[in-house]
Amino acid sequence: MSDNNEAPPPIPPDDDEDEFGVIKKFCYVNRKAPYGTVYALESLEMVLIAAAFDQDVSVVFMDDGVYQIKKDQDTTAINMKNFSPTYGIIEMEKEDAEEDEDMDMVWRIIVEKESMEARGLTPDDFKVEVEVLSSDELAKVMAEQEVVISG
Amino acid sequence: MKFSILVNEGPFTHQCSDSAYQFTKAALEKGHEIFRVFFYYDGVNNANKLAEPPTDDRNLTANWSALAEEHGVDLVVCVAAALRRGLKDDILASGFRISGLGQLIEAGIQADRLVTFGD
Repeated sequence: MSDNNEAPPPIPPDDDEDEFGVIKKFCYVNRKAPYGTVYALESLEMVLIAAAFDQDVSVVFMDDGVYQIKKDQDTTAINMKNFSPTYGIIEMEKEDAEEDEDMDMVWRIIVEKESMEARGLTPDDFKVEVEVLSSDELAKVMAEQEVVISG
Repeated sequence: MKFSILVNEGPFTHQCSDSAYQFTKAALEKGHEIFRVFFYYDGVNNANKLAEPPTDDRNLTANWSALAEEHGVDLVVCVAAALRRGLKDDILASGFRISGLGQLIEAGIQADRLVTFGD
């Protein structure tokens, strides 16, 4: 035992805020058709990076954005790269996260019902399995998000 | 409050970068913290020092650089979006740096609010 009466050294400042220990709810809103502008492609690249950070991610397709995940895209006539197979990676990441109990990552793939129906589409038309939510339900999901990124 | 800013359009076609710049400047003047400004999509063109707008027009690239110099704001340009558009280190305006999309995710995690400016 020390007979030293000095006060214990101060507790070092908490530097946890520099760590990525935090899980936030990220929502990526895709509203644009897959071709014609670059928004869909670069938004997809953003979503894929999210997979490297164990976060709670919701990927939303609405308005013409629902076409981004349409099956059987053929872009040969417009000489553009068909990047739609890459959406399968989101579904794979989602399945991995659901199966691995040690992974905190959460993925949701959501399609807005009104946008889908207005374009004569059904869930069977999509390359990935989706949650179909009405505009009102989607508004509630968005209200729960902490970071909403739209492109 | 601690803000992060996402700029999704270039300096001229859209008002996006003007609005983002005004917001960032106002937030700093009110004593808020700007954790980072991240430039994505055509937003990376804000960092091109070769741009020469007419002298009677505002120069957003210079404005962003000045903000970085005066307030130490971290201006980060997405590398993948930049390479597509021919933006490389040798034409990067002062105060900007090129890095990966992970910096955007970190900006979202660290800030109290991430504010997106786009079309």
